[in-house]
Amino acid sequence: MARKIPEINAGSMADIAFLLLIFWLVTTTMDTDTGIVRRLPPPPDPNTKPPDIKERNVFNVLVNKNDRLMVEGRVGDIRTLRAETKEFLSNPANKEDLPEKRLENIPGLGQFQVSKGIISLKNDRGTSYDMYIQVQNELTAAINELRDELSKQKFGVKFSDLSDKSAIDAIQKAIPVSISEAEPENIGGK
Amino acid sequence: MARFKKEGSKELPAISTSSMPDIIFLMLCFFMMTTSTREVTLKVRIKAPEATEVQKLEKKALVSYIYIGPPTQTKLGTESRIQLNDSFRTIGDIAEFIFTEREARNEVDRQMLTTSLKVDKEVKMGVVTDVKQELRNVGAFKINYSTRKRAPKSNG
Repeated sequence: MARKIPEINAGSMADIAFLLLIFWLVTTTMDTDTGIVRRLPPPPDPNTKPPDIKERNVFNVLVNKNDRLMVEGRVGDIRTLRAETKEFLSNPANKEDLPEKRLENIPGLGQFQVSKGIISLKNDRGTSYDMYIQVQNELTAAINELRDELSKQKFGVKFSDLSDKSAIDAIQKAIPVSISEAEPENIGGK
Repeated sequence: MARFKKEGSKELPAISTSSMPDIIFLMLCFFMMTTSTREVTLKVRIKAPEATEVQKLEKKALVSYIYIGPPTQTKLGTESRIQLNDSFRTIGDIAEFIFTEREARNEVDRQMLTTSLKVDKEVKMGVVTDVKQELRNVGAFKINYSTRKRAPKSNG
């Protein structure tokens, strides 16, 4: 006698599959890599002389092997670095010893005083990476804050919230990331 | 004028849920295919420094990673080592590494290739500088210092 086998209830199959799905979603770490983006300069050409830059246009930041800072010839502090960098790059009072500006016509902003200032960052071989990143971070923060201020003034929103491509370009042109990393030297030893 | 229909006789048949598991399985498969898990086992300890001004790296396919840090196996000492792909390498191997990374991408994307430096916070800059010089020499100018996001308040 052929007895009918009762059908297995497949109603909970969906729940099991959902559990699998959720397990997968939880376990895969979508580790989005974050970081500070920089552009390295091309290797120096031995035939061309480095361009002459006036002393007032250079902001010297040195980090030694004990992670101590020297900013513009004085002992510096990481906590004041951001404010100092901002003052250097914006030069609001048009001081004699802070960088010159050149008038540039930027589409979207009109005539704008672009600072000629360059931040020169020099580190020792013995500097810790953590300190180096902190300094880079403060310098980047200074530039970002200046960009935010300009963007708020001109477009009414923060730089990071700008969506218009031409507006972003204009701000980037008005306040460029002018961080130069000096050719490495071995001063303090390893 | 519509009237309320009498219940019972013309009830809507329940929607069949028998294909639900299949749909979910499809979703699962889709997720499994699209999420790419990195296949590198770290041989160096990397505790990335923290910073506030971090940017997200877009287009993961166009990023190659260089790991620098002290080895996880303590018998190998504490001197910072460079890891490319799955093994310890030296400064001299970086050029070749970059070239093979470039070969693996198609022509259009090669210019966009970013090198992400994943460096432990206690590493001395000497090694990092050497790596950077090497990257400059081979023309891999776009770099990224991998850092974790920190809340902007705690500064210093």
